[in-house]
Amino acid sequence: MALRKTATRRDTLKSGALGAVALMLAPRLAQADAAAVEAEIKKLYAGKTLGAGKIKLDVPQIAENGLVVPINVEIESPMTPADFVKAVHVWADGNPSPGILSYAFTPECGKASASARMRLAQTQNIVCVAEMSDGKLFTASTQVKVTIGGCGG
Amino acid sequence: MSNKPTPRVRVPATAKKDEIIEIKTLISHEMESGQRKGADGNIIPRKIIHTFTASFNGKKFFEATWHPAISANPYQSFFYKAKESGEFTFAWTDDDKSVYESKAKLTVS
Repeated sequence: MALRKTATRRDTLKSGALGAVALMLAPRLAQADAAAVEAEIKKLYAGKTLGAGKIKLDVPQIAENGLVVPINVEIESPMTPADFVKAVHVWADGNPSPGILSYAFTPECGKASASARMRLAQTQNIVCVAEMSDGKLFTASTQVKVTIGGCGG
Repeated sequence: MSNKPTPRVRVPATAKKDEIIEIKTLISHEMESGQRKGADGNIIPRKIIHTFTASFNGKKFFEATWHPAISANPYQSFFYKAKESGEFTFAWTDDDKSVYESKAKLTVS
């Protein structure tokens, strides 16, 4: 009994040491920042103005598990062949790389809305840009507080 | 992942004309981000599904591009405006170029 107890304690200490190493490495893994997201937006829509509104970005305020964070994007649009949402891009500024996902909608969708689940490494801002069929751009951003990060390991 | 990814799709079997239906999809896949380190200290190479497409009667109507920030076993839901009876094709494209497909029929009354 006594022997077994010692072993358990040693294991605990070992895993504690590993955890400390992981914590030391963590800041080096996070590379993306707000500037990286800006750069991504510039890459696609250089020199264009981004308007506010139209986008409903539905993410939890506090995510307990950064590995699975639900995200729903809905854009106000009649979704007719004359006026529809062409593309939606979502970025995050605190993950190792800024990209999360992009959607390409068509008028056949009937509704510019989609849900997915993403990984977030830490508390950060989610930035969404929607491109309409007439070329107009809209943006929205929101912060998600992450209790346990979902990257590295 | 050693197992072959299995897609699961939920589509209503019937719909009224011009009804907007919700389609929910899920596929079992590890979505290895390429940022994790294995037990040997080396980085596990990236292997994710990077593109998902939904088509109806051969015409693509929705596409999603996924980055490594998408969770394992990726879930995706979206909408479709029913016009006529036909068949949906859902396709997931992996980094190793394999394509996983799933089909579903829709009857419009």
